[in-house]
This record gives sequence, structure tokens and C-alpha cells, in this order.
Amino acid sequence: MKRASTKAICWMAALVVGLGLWWNAPAVFAAQAYKIGGIFAVTGRASFLGDPEKKSLEMAVDEINARGGIDGHPVEAVIYDTEGDPTKTVLAVNKLISKDKVLAIIGPSRTPTTLAVVPIVERLQVPLISCAAGIQIVEPVKPYVFKTAQSDVLAVAAIYRHMEKQGIKKVGILAVTNAFGVSGRDQLLKQADEHGIQVVSEQAFGASDTDMTAQLTKIRKEEPDAIICWGTNPGPAVVAKNMRQLGMTIPLYQSHGVASPKFIELAGEAAEGVRLPTGKILVADLLPESDPQKPVLLRYIADFNKRYGGGVSGFGGYAYDAMHLLAKAMEGTGGDKAKIRDNLEKISGHVGISGTFTFSDKDHNGLGQDAFVMVEIRNGTWKLLK
Amino acid sequence: MSEIVQYLMSGLTAGAIYAVIALGYTLLYNATELVNFAQGEFVMLGSLGLFTFLSVLGWPLWAAFPAVTLVVGLLGVVLERLAIRPVKKPEPITLIIITVGASIFLRGLAMLLWGKDPHSVPGFAAAAPIRVLGAAIMPQSLWILAVVGLLMGGLHLFSKHTLTGKAMEACAIHRSGAWILGIPSDRMAQLAFAMSAALGGIGGIIISPITMAGYDMGTMLGLKGFCAAMLGGLGSHWGAVVGGLLLGVLESLGVGFFSSGIKDAIAFLLLLAILMARPSGLLGPKAVTRF
Repeated sequence: MKRASTKAICWMAALVVGLGLWWNAPAVFAAQAYKIGGIFAVTGRASFLGDPEKKSLEMAVDEINARGGIDGHPVEAVIYDTEGDPTKTVLAVNKLISKDKVLAIIGPSRTPTTLAVVPIVERLQVPLISCAAGIQIVEPVKPYVFKTAQSDVLAVAAIYRHMEKQGIKKVGILAVTNAFGVSGRDQLLKQADEHGIQVVSEQAFGASDTDMTAQLTKIRKEEPDAIICWGTNPGPAVVAKNMRQLGMTIPLYQSHGVASPKFIELAGEAAEGVRLPTGKILVADLLPESDPQKPVLLRYIADFNKRYGGGVSGFGGYAYDAMHLLAKAMEGTGGDKAKIRDNLEKISGHVGISGTFTFSDKDHNGLGQDAFVMVEIRNGTWKLLK
Repeated sequence: MSEIVQYLMSGLTAGAIYAVIALGYTLLYNATELVNFAQGEFVMLGSLGLFTFLSVLGWPLWAAFPAVTLVVGLLGVVLERLAIRPVKKPEPITLIIITVGASIFLRGLAMLLWGKDPHSVPGFAAAAPIRVLGAAIMPQSLWILAVVGLLMGGLHLFSKHTLTGKAMEACAIHRSGAWILGIPSDRMAQLAFAMSAALGGIGGIIISPITMAGYDMGTMLGLKGFCAAMLGGLGSHWGAVVGGLLLGVLESLGVGFFSSGIKDAIAFLLLLAILMARPSGLLGPKAVTRF
């Protein structure tokens, strides 16, 4: 009996393997579509990034296919959920490269997950366009790694330029203890001198902390002119609330990490007067007509809202830009990864959602100062600051 | 001076939250010798439940508070019925792993029901902070401290001065012995689950205006509450409160005088230290049984 069942299992295994081969065979020979991988934190804490990114990628793919694909090849996106977890991201990337055989990868959504997969795509030479903000992703430049999200460098510069105009000299920094916060804090400390700003206190908070009054009290002791908080929801909303509760009236600057209506909803009244740098999408209708991004932004917003019934944010734009940049770079390459990479580096003046991209062999982010505008929250909505 | 008062007040608020969660652990441990690692998820369910009743259904607070407590308490009973009681060989380690599984399940369920974004819950009373010695005290903090005090007193009376409470303790000391004496130990275990889940729910309710309600808030709170319970001595009500407040205050002072980066490390360092130096906790019973 026992022998018989072992035999049966062997047969079944053989059958399964055979079926698998037969099933996969047509796909190998009829590979007409250009396969693109997408890895986003669709669920989990960073889902506010991954969810719109996934939707925007799907939208961009449909747009490209509707106009006839790339050199006649339709584009197919294989999207995996990383849950914002580096381990799952590494697994997903390996699967995309070895099993799905994608030509390029868009994502991941977060800086830690991106840094986890950089060595893999570099070794296997697959172009990756990350949707995360951290500057470490493209600095130093890695041949196969690009990114579309605005770097913290630009966000910090935008904040400091605004502070200079306001005559703010001393600041206190409160940053979250993850890669986003650490990278933001490093940039804040690095760029402070060139803008004549002194960092008088530098504090940290955990991503799931529920009370920051102790840190704020410590900062208050140093009497700064303003506070800069660097983090993603819900921490920064707690900081805004705690500042109100402590009766602190100095201006609060937040990072672009909270540039979404969710922050206003979470912080409620405490959001009033908060200033932050953001991509132009948040204030697209307030932009002057002369802005080249305005028509692109308005079309993206309208299409996204029509397709998904609202919920548009700048985060989705990272994936949208990445896909359109990739489509441009794939033209005439016949699906050769090294050529795609070379073409990406040659793209110049591509007007996208996050800004105008001009890549070079020294700049794999390709965005300039115009990628960020400063906004202030007034009456529960955004107001463009000059 | 005003800084120290502020640190203390922030610490006491956070500590009171840890204390409520620790009370939940302690209550259940007293009755069943079981550590329920889904305790933090009951806190999360309390918070999200309050959000639903207040903001979605539009109930007034006085109605939503007991309703949420009841619902979360019932969930505790359901957990005991479906996941704990059917276990054939109730080894402690098996049961603990089951509660870990239940915690992951509840978190996933909450993510599906309430979505991935945190929700904002209004405070119980006016939001204007009260100034004491130059420090700002949030009215919600006073609410939390008051509710914790009431719970503490109520629990003490229940376990020391009512027949049910004493019966529950008897079950913990010797389950079959209590059964021989006519105490329905199954029912006691069920009651303990209901009460500890309800305690977690109340914890979630009172903290949600401060912490906001999100599906993933329970894990860290549950762990901190566990640290507090161990610190004070698992099984001692007063120990839970002392442990919670001590942990909160030490965290806050650690942020104030050392670095804000080590805040979470403090809790776990304390846990390690107490486990090595005094495994029964500050106020715990002297005899320690290990499994």
C-alpha cells in the first residue's frame, strides 16, 4: 500500500511538472508584449503610497496600449504587493526577474524597500525606476537605478528658501526614526549652513508613537523660530496636535511626506497654518497658466478621478511618470535592457507629474528646483505660497 | 522645572494607557494562567469601534462607550469559544501561539473592514489644555487617568470582595480543584476572557482621541502593555498599574534627558532587566512557575 502511494505521488509530480512546462511553453515562444514589473506597498502602513502608484501604473499602461504600445509591442504590467516590507520586496523582485522575466521594474514605494533591492537589480542589470524619495537611492549614481519621486534634497531646499524669505534663523528638527526621517534629517543638517539657518535641537520619534509632547518640550527649551517635522502619517499629525496642546505658536513646517488631504483630516484644526513643500499636483488648479506642467497635471487628475472615483495624490504620479519615461526609453530597443538604461539616461525635458525630468549620467532623478512649491494649509485646504 | 512637569505628565498619560493594557493581561493571567498576545488587538478594536459608533453611526459618547465595550467583550468570548477552548491539549505554549495567530487575524480583519489609513476620533471634552506649573495637560489625559483609576478600584473590589472574583482566582490557583469545589471553571475562563477583552476595548476607547485609530496600532501597544505587566509582576493588579506608569514616565524622561531615539528601546531594556533580576516583577508573587 505504502509503495503504491509513493509511486502514485511520483506520477502525480511528473504530471504536474509536465503540465507546467506545457502551460508555459506558448508564453515563451509568443512573447510579444513588453513585460514591466511593478512592486508597490499596496497594503500596509505605506499603502497611501503603493495604492495610488499601482492604480496609476495600470492607467499609464492602458494609455500606452491605447496609442498602439511601444513600437507595436503592447505593454503588460506584472504588479506585486510588497506590504512595505523589505523582505517581501526582495522576494518580489527576484520573482519578477527570474520568473516573469520583466524588462524593467517600477517601484518600490519606500526608501528602505528600494535600498534592499538595489544590489539585486544592479547585479542582474535590470533597469529600476523607484518611486521612493530617499536621495541615497540615486546618490551615488548606480547605473541601473533611477527614481521619479522628488528627492528630500529638493524638499529641504524649498523649505529653507522659504524660511530665508521669512527671516527664520533657528529651527528645531523632529524626524521619524525610519529611512525617510533619517534621510530628511541628514539633508536638513547638511543644507542648513548654506541657507544661514542654525539647527538648535534635533529630536526623533518612532513611526507608531502616539505622543510627541516630550520631544516638543525639549525643542521648545531651545527657543527656535520654527519647527520642521519630517515623517509620514500619522506621526506628523500627532506633532501638529501636540504643538497646539502645548500652546506653541511658532510655525510648523512639514515634509512632502504628508502632502495629502489625509493629513488635514487627521490633524484637523491643528493642520491650520502648517507649511510644507509639495509636488505641484496638490495645487494644480492654482498654478499660473505659464507652467508647462499644468495641462499634464490637470489631465492626469481628471483621468485618475474618472477611472477610480477620486483619491488622486502626487504619489501615484511617481509610478505614472516612471511608466511614461520607460515607454520613451523602450522605443527602438527591441527589449534590450542595457539599451533601455542608456535611453533613460538620455531623456531630457520630459514634462511629468512630479516635475520636468532631464536625466544624465550624473543625475538619475532628473528633477530641478521647480519640482517643489511651498504651500500652507488654510481653512482645511492648500494655499500656494510665493 | 516646567519641562520636568511636562515630561512627567506626558509619561503619566502614556503610562496610564500601558497600565490599562497591562490590567487586561493580568486579569486573564490570573484566571487562566494564559498570556493573550491578542490583547493589543482588542485595544485597536476598541479605538476603531469608537470611531465607527461616533463618527460613522453618529452615536453620542455616553452610548458609544458601553456599546463598544460590550462588543469587544463579546469578541473576547468568541475568541475563547472558537480558538482557545477547542484545543485538545491546552499546553500553555500552544495557547499562546494561538493568541498570536488570533492577533494577526484580527489585524488583517480590521484592515479589510476599516481600511489602511488611520482615522481621527474627537476628544471627550473641550480640547483646551490645562496649564499646571507651566506644563500643558490635555483634558483627555485626565480622562484616561480617571478611567484607569476607576477600573483599578473596580477590579480590586471585584477580585477581593465578590464571590465571582474569588472563584476566578481559585480557578487560577488550581483549575480541577476549583471544579471539584463546584466552581464552573469553563465559565470563569470565559468571563475572564470577556473582561480582559473589554478592558482592552476600554483602553482603546479612551486613548483613541490622542493616538488616532488605525488597524496596526495594537501591536506596539500590546507589547508595551506586556512589558508593563511583566515589570509590575504578571498577576498583580497594582503591579500592572505601577508597571505601566513607571514605563510611561521612564520613556518620557528618557526622551527628555537622553535621546528620543531610544524611547522604544527603554521598554524592552527594562523588560530584559526585570526578567533577569526579578522575574516575578516588582509587585508580583514570590513563587515563579516556569513552563
